[in-house]
Amino acid sequence: MKRVPAVAWTGLIWLVLLTMPYWMRAVGGYTELASRVLVLGLAAMSLNFLLGFTGVLSFGHAAYFGLGAYGAAMTIKYIAPSTPLGILVGVATGTLAAMVIGALIARLRGVYFAMVTIAFGQVFYFIAFRWNSVTGGDDGVTGWKRQALDLGLAKIDLLGNDKAFYYFILACFAIAVTLMWLLLRSPFGRTLLAIRENERRARFLGVPVERHIWLSFVISCCFVSLAGTLYALLNNFTDPRALRWDQSGNFVIMAVLGGMRSFWGPLIGAAIFVVLQDYVSSHTENWMSFIGLFFVLVVLFFPRGVLGILRRKGMA
Amino acid sequence: MSLLVVENATRRFGSLVAVDAVSMSVAPGELRAIIGPNGAGKTTFFNLISGFFPPTSGRILFSGTDVTRLSPERRVGMGMARTFQITEIFPELTARENLRIAVEVASGLRRSPWLRGHANAQIRERIEVLLDMGGLTPKADRLVGELPHGDQRTAEIMMALALKPRLLLLDEPTAGMGDQETHDITQLIRKLHKDQQLTIVLIEHDMRVVFHLADRITVLAEGAVLGEGTPNEIARDERVQAAYLGKAA
Repeated sequence: MKRVPAVAWTGLIWLVLLTMPYWMRAVGGYTELASRVLVLGLAAMSLNFLLGFTGVLSFGHAAYFGLGAYGAAMTIKYIAPSTPLGILVGVATGTLAAMVIGALIARLRGVYFAMVTIAFGQVFYFIAFRWNSVTGGDDGVTGWKRQALDLGLAKIDLLGNDKAFYYFILACFAIAVTLMWLLLRSPFGRTLLAIRENERRARFLGVPVERHIWLSFVISCCFVSLAGTLYALLNNFTDPRALRWDQSGNFVIMAVLGGMRSFWGPLIGAAIFVVLQDYVSSHTENWMSFIGLFFVLVVLFFPRGVLGILRRKGMA
Repeated sequence: MSLLVVENATRRFGSLVAVDAVSMSVAPGELRAIIGPNGAGKTTFFNLISGFFPPTSGRILFSGTDVTRLSPERRVGMGMARTFQITEIFPELTARENLRIAVEVASGLRRSPWLRGHANAQIRERIEVLLDMGGLTPKADRLVGELPHGDQRTAEIMMALALKPRLLLLDEPTAGMGDQETHDITQLIRKLHKDQQLTIVLIEHDMRVVFHLADRITVLAEGAVLGEGTPNEIARDERVQAAYLGKAA
């Protein structure tokens, strides 16, 4: 079979994303489901910037996802009813936390890094869970709604028009994903690949490995917190589950499921995850065991993920 | 002035003294070989010079600057490059990509989020020169991890050269190589030394290679310096013969 060039794949993915709200209903879905794919896909791709392209496994990315979500929700509820401001504050909060925590853990490797990221993630979870007066505790931040987008000339109704909101998310997704793509193709991005491939060689080429891992961590967390703000806006709600460790685990599952060595793999993984969750959970409460089974099969037989299967068959 | 000066470097691992008060001075343009039986502390000594770990005591001066406590990446920045006994490359990238990373980092672009056309053209040119020098041009687009052992070692040396080092440290460059590969790499090292006046320190077990290349030889045994001199002096040194060459011959 002839190899399909990468450009064709990228084109196809963008075509699907651009037209999704118009055929979701025909295949039994709904626009909000498409929005969820985008938001969680962005989160998984952000995680994969660190996991697949720097070779560092974080099991605590939900912390920054959740900080983004809480930042956006609380800004809109308490400070000013503005969607862009909510996003800005959410991303700033998540990124700032990542800068501090990243500096503490950039020297750790492998399972130690993963464990400490879980631990820090759980710290944020318990703060959100316990600090009732500020975060709403277990009930989360309720009683607010995403606001219309005021562009001066026109107002876009993000709340009532779910297609408009989908395209708003897609615009954010496009900016974030393009930035990550450009970074990975830059000299800086190649030093990250170098660290993934052989840390010792990278160091003895003169790459300050810890600083670059820190940078990669912060960039990854910045985009995952953007995904978190969009997640809160999508639900008009956020609760402590957004930053619990099982949410972090879900991001890792999405990335590995789709293929962590490929740029688009985690998006495919997120799509499978979200659709499977939506479909199976309407039949049984134990939907997670089906995802788990599917995950185990992929990891055992196709360690390079779903996109890796397609690649091997010469389709990608 | 000497390019590299090691003063009484000692490295202990628990009760084991791996390197015991070793001093060495390498002049600019010199090719120094370090020889010695297995377990003599040669690689540990290399690790002290390149900053893999610091010495327990003693000092290391590189071009007049005390680098004893500097990180490896800082020493690389000052012009010190090394290869390893077990090849350290980026196996899942092509030979060209391996060199590209080295050239870009050497050009000060390691944190650059973009690349201008002009800089990119210069980098490409430099990569092609290095590929050609190592005879890797026909294999440039294959994954370096899939190339024959000799080519992998050559690729590693080329990556070190991409850094435009003033001092090149080679840890057993011919280890595990066949006769032809050993010959090729010896010629390459000789060319670097003679044509570019590059200062080289190498650890080597193959005595033909050592006596063919070295200006001076340092002999280590049980972590200490047993002798130092020109190849002729070392070949005549009775203590060295007894400890090392005698056994080999």
